[in-house]
Amino acid sequence: MNKILSKPESLKDVSLSYCPGCGHGIIHRLIAECVDELHLREKTIAVAPVGCAVFAYDYFNFDVTEAPHGRPPAVATGIKRTNPDKFVFTYQGDGDIAAIGMSETIHAANRGENITVIFVNNANYGMTGGQMAPTTLIGQITQTTPFGRDPKRDGYPIKLCELLATLDGTTYLERVSVFNPQNIIKAKKAIKKAFQCQIDEKGFSLIEVISQCPVDWSMSPLEAIRWVEEVFIKSFPLGVIKDKIDEK
Amino acid sequence: MATIKINHERCKGCGLCGNACPNKCISLSKQFNKIGYHWAFIEKEDDCIACGFCYLTCPDFCIEVYK
Ligand SMILES: Cc1ncc(C[n+]2csc(CCOP(=O)(O)OP(=O)(O)O)c2C)c(N)n1
Ligand code: SF4
Ligand code: SF4
Ligand code: SF4
Ligand SMILES: [Mg+2]
Repeated sequence: MNKILSKPESLKDVSLSYCPGCGHGIIHRLIAECVDELHLREKTIAVAPVGCAVFAYDYFNFDVTEAPHGRPPAVATGIKRTNPDKFVFTYQGDGDIAAIGMSETIHAANRGENITVIFVNNANYGMTGGQMAPTTLIGQITQTTPFGRDPKRDGYPIKLCELLATLDGTTYLERVSVFNPQNIIKAKKAIKKAFQCQIDEKGFSLIEVISQCPVDWSMSPLEAIRWVEEVFIKSFPLGVIKDKIDEK
Repeated sequence: MATIKINHERCKGCGLCGNACPNKCISLSKQFNKIGYHWAFIEKEDDCIACGFCYLTCPDFCIEVYK
């Protein structure tokens, strides 16, 4: 018998700090597989966020730096502009990218920076214990919306891909999920396409991954993936939001 | 012939692999591993078809698939 599937080279052989069933680990593996398959490992510089993925530099087997909360697109801009031959991506949560870092996100996208953003949307601030995030669903219970998110008081969930699609600077935007094998395969294809977009110097790409956060949602891992399928992706429809690769 | 190997000591017992397996080959042990979880193991090895679904869903890259 031959080994047909195993940990990609771009991941270190270490334990992750994530909770059981958390989507972050699946997304890490998909990124690592794409980096391996596109032979990017030796030229990759990733930018880690503040959030549960803050220790991403301990998990990926390529260069990863750390940015202040919400600032990865600004840090990535500087890295890519001074090292245009490197492959540069950011990895960010919903709080990081769409709350404290919204300004950096919009301006990097609007400038059409030739970087890739992997945006992990788990509908709350995971690391700090499950507070409301900009992407929290209407009616969703979090630590700071104990009776459910009420749009009158808390506003509406931000659909970042749709928002960024209005900017001429963006090239490729897709929303995917990792709640079952079929969607995990689709998510990998999207990440690979976004990476290729940068290699071909086509400009800004972002993949939003709808991900499970079982612990802060007070669910078991199986309940959490069911909630993603039955509730979460009804508010955040999956699919390609913008594809201007052939026009750039 | 097909099978999988699971890194028992890294497994967090989340059950996503067993849930995804089309032939329900994977079960969770009654014992705890060193980090305090009921680790997953392949109970019905003869039914494994090396589809890789368990590998795909495991967030902790514990699984290797053989064919
Ligand atoms: C400047 C600053 N403000 C606030 C915090 C506290 N903080 C740490 S992580 C986080 C939110 C993380 O949520 P998200 O980006 O969605 O990532 P997740 O943990 O859900 O993956 C906050 C507010 C901080 N570390 N630094
Ligand atoms: S708090 Fe949520 S996002 Fe953070 S590691 Fe745990 S399950 Fe994952
Ligand atoms: S490879 Fe497929 S059949 Fe074999 S244990 Fe994994 S999910 Fe089940
Ligand atoms: S998916 Fe991975 S961590 Fe979860 S039970 Fe299976 S082997 Fe263990
Ligand atoms: Mg989050």
